[in-house]
Amino acid sequence: MQVQVNGDGVELPAQATLADLIEHMALTGKRLAVEVNEDIVPRSQHPDFRLNDGDRVEVVHAIGGG
Amino acid sequence: MSEQATIQLPEDKPLELAGRVYQSRLLVGTGKYRDLMETGHAIEASGAEIVTVAVRRTNLGQNPDEPNLLDVISPDTYTILPNTAGCYTAKDAVRTCKLARELLDGHDLVKLEVLGEEKTLYPNMTETLVAAEELIKDGFKVMVYCSDDPLLAKRLEDMGCIAIMPLGAPIGSGLGIQNRYNIRLIVENARVPVLVDAGVGTASDATLAMELGCDGVLMNTAIAQARDPIKMAHAMRLGVEAGREAYLAGRMPKKLYASASSPIDGTFF
Repeated sequence: MQVQVNGDGVELPAQATLADLIEHMALTGKRLAVEVNEDIVPRSQHPDFRLNDGDRVEVVHAIGGG
Repeated sequence: MSEQATIQLPEDKPLELAGRVYQSRLLVGTGKYRDLMETGHAIEASGAEIVTVAVRRTNLGQNPDEPNLLDVISPDTYTILPNTAGCYTAKDAVRTCKLARELLDGHDLVKLEVLGEEKTLYPNMTETLVAAEELIKDGFKVMVYCSDDPLLAKRLEDMGCIAIMPLGAPIGSGLGIQNRYNIRLIVENARVPVLVDAGVGTASDATLAMELGCDGVLMNTAIAQARDPIKMAHAMRLGVEAGREAYLAGRMPKKLYASASSPIDGTFF
């Protein structure tokens, strides 16, 4: 299946979870926040949250700004 | 032997935001620095305890071992104030705040800013009001960047914003406080902290904000884009402290004509 991650298409195996995606991005354990289809998915739910084809995922972190 | 006069400094209430007391009245941003090391050193020199950060997409393919801003500016040391910079609609600002709350383990203090246009980065106040209402309903503690309109400032306070942050001049302009009378009116009417956010260019601008009775100043570019950001960060710290004390001391009245400082009696000529 394909999901949109931060605007880019990413191929993932069927049944992949959010935790799988984060591992795929080599971001496991990093301080970040995730939205799927504009809803926050709390960190504690990442291992159980199954992604679906066409989901729009946003992965964000804190950067410098004023 | 004459008795040593004890210097009685005026009493000051410390800055309190969302139930936490702060010694520093200078809040700083983390943008536009050369690197994270300079960011960290400048913030340390500023003495700031509240540090604002932006929330952005994590780049795919970014080096995962690259140090993260929050590794340098640790939430254990600083109060992190996520901002909604770059948002032009209430919807985007609310989404950003929710992501920030998740990012910071439920920390619900946010700096709301909804911009109106790219050229001036002036706040879009209608969208700001909509976002503020939604965020407050959702339990956020909202510090709000706003225009220097005293009536809108009051309305934001009445809605439940915990701090009012009018601009002194456009973001990143360094023009200094352009309408000090409006800032003064906002301060006089407010029962929540008022902080000048944006427009400060150099230390005297920060001092002026504090002399007007503001509870604090928030700045980014004035420090980050100084030739020596670390020195300027320290200058800003001193400027804010000087302005606060001058405000508490109560300045002398302005007069049109001179008034001699030396006595006229006892002259020998």
